Amino acid sequence: MKEKLNKAVETIKEKFGAEEHVFRGHVTLILNREDIVPVCRMLRDEFDFQKLTDETAVDYYQRKTPRFHVVYQLHSIEEDLRLWLRAPVPEEDPFIDSIVDVYPNANWYEREIWDLFGVRFKGHPNLKRIMLAEEWEGHPLRKDIPVKVEETRFSFNWEEIDLGKKYVKREQDLPPGEEKEDI
Amino acid sequence: MTTIHDEVTEVSLKELEGLVSERAIKGETMLLNMGPQHPSTHGVLRLLLELDGERIVTCRPDIGYLHTGIEKSMEGKSYQKVEVMVDRIDYLNNMGNCLAYCLAVEKLVDLDVPPRAQAIRVILCELQRIASHLIWLATQALDLAAQSVFLYCFREREYILDIFEMVGGHRMMATYIRPGGLWRDVPVEFEEAVRDFVDHFPARIQQYENLLTENPLFIDRTKGIAVISGEDAISWGMTGPSLRGSDVNWDIRKVRPYSGYEQYDFEVPVGKNGDVYDRYIIRIQEMRESLKIIKQALDKLPYGPVRSNNRKFVPPPRSELGVSMEAVIHHFKLWTEGFQAPEGAVYVPVSSPRGELGVFLESDGSAKPYRVHWRVPSFANLQAIQVLAKGHLIADLVAIIGSIDIVLGDVDR
Repeated sequence: MKEKLNKAVETIKEKFGAEEHVFRGHVTLILNREDIVPVCRMLRDEFDFQKLTDETAVDYYQRKTPRFHVVYQLHSIEEDLRLWLRAPVPEEDPFIDSIVDVYPNANWYEREIWDLFGVRFKGHPNLKRIMLAEEWEGHPLRKDIPVKVEETRFSFNWEEIDLGKKYVKREQDLPPGEEKEDI
Repeated sequence: MTTIHDEVTEVSLKELEGLVSERAIKGETMLLNMGPQHPSTHGVLRLLLELDGERIVTCRPDIGYLHTGIEKSMEGKSYQKVEVMVDRIDYLNNMGNCLAYCLAVEKLVDLDVPPRAQAIRVILCELQRIASHLIWLATQALDLAAQSVFLYCFREREYILDIFEMVGGHRMMATYIRPGGLWRDVPVEFEEAVRDFVDHFPARIQQYENLLTENPLFIDRTKGIAVISGEDAISWGMTGPSLRGSDVNWDIRKVRPYSGYEQYDFEVPVGKNGDVYDRYIIRIQEMRESLKIIKQALDKLPYGPVRSNNRKFVPPPRSELGVSMEAVIHHFKLWTEGFQAPEGAVYVPVSSPRGELGVFLESDGSAKPYRVHWRVPSFANLQAIQVLAKGHLIADLVAIIGSIDIVLGDVDR
């Protein structure tokens, strides 16, 4: 079972200079982002990785450079072999080639990554936000956006928190003569 | 006023380019919005349909209405606290979600699980599979205008939810499966309740089958609809009954057994034609196979602890806190700062009622997960609806949406 995977890993390492990492039995290859389409095509055509099971990204904000890793999980169904590919993408020009031509189901995964991480995919047929609204600003799964928690409201900070909300009318917004009611 | 109106139409037409065919832009075919508020989309799903008469030319799903940012929220909580949110992702497969997450954490920190806990996990997950398939059967039949099946299915599902309430205190969001084992052992009434269900349920399945399997109206609406070949299904990333309907014998419980599935003897039902009817037959068969697994697991149910003894990751039982200082320290440490996981990324797939449910868990060595990604089956299966619905009548679309069994909470996360 492992032989087939080893052969694929050795070939990719030799041809594309990939770096191999193993953790808890997961084989991960770290590639240059330019090589991702030829590597996927080779794995699909020559090594029977017919299926893209998963595609996601990880943001290593202030931890690693390049900042983003796009993570692919390729799957060979007969022997249930799984191979992880990682392509580092720098913060300055966050783009990578789209693999929609190789695996058609990458379409939505790549839209999701663009939506939530802001990594662009070159050659994607319809790179639009998928989860969030079109007019949303920013990419929420990036690590520089904090996990927001609403502060607990007590009697001493009630108004302060309330006024911070966009939909609450501030005193200066109210027409003259009308006073804000005490809550 | 006309200028504003013109502007609006121009923008919306541009947005449609690439999504629908040229003919729709010219006005030869009709564009129709189905959803997001529609009774047969099984949640808040919007479909943009391009229709030529009553035939569907293109079908573009628009998702995200239920997006809750659950993956982001998980990054801000410790490993134990994340689990409360896990139930809510796929709200028809709560136990399965917990199992996937717990297996991922256990793999990450290399934690053992006692055999009794593993067997109980299997029983609960198979009960959950039946409950999920019952909801699917109920809604699928209702979409095709068979109303009594809906009521019967919900009646039987109550029994399963009662069992969940008995073990975990909550009908749906029990969070009963925990990293390292279970929250507590099952009560004494558990075995009898499950056996009672296992004894009575086969007759009920037969009842559904009497109503649907050979019903000419049901067959007319489902046979030959939304056919997909095995190769196409694989290349679109479909898993679960939607893939097995297309004659691909692949189930994670068989190829990569987890939680002791290798001990149980069961079949993986496979279809031939890959149409809506085959997916229906497979899910009915799967309910029977699940009963087989539950029965075997109950017969073999070993005695012993239900939680790992590794105190660095699993809190000590309440009884120890009064007598052991060490237990107090562990309890305090685990419930305040949590446990640290080694640096690395793991992925654990389990077989959910809809297909492959996987958890990608990356740790940076701290007490909170650095990145949690859910590889959800509904997301992958829904994407393929663009291929499945092509060329079919709009009336068949509800059967097609039903047959891939989507849960929108699962799709949008």
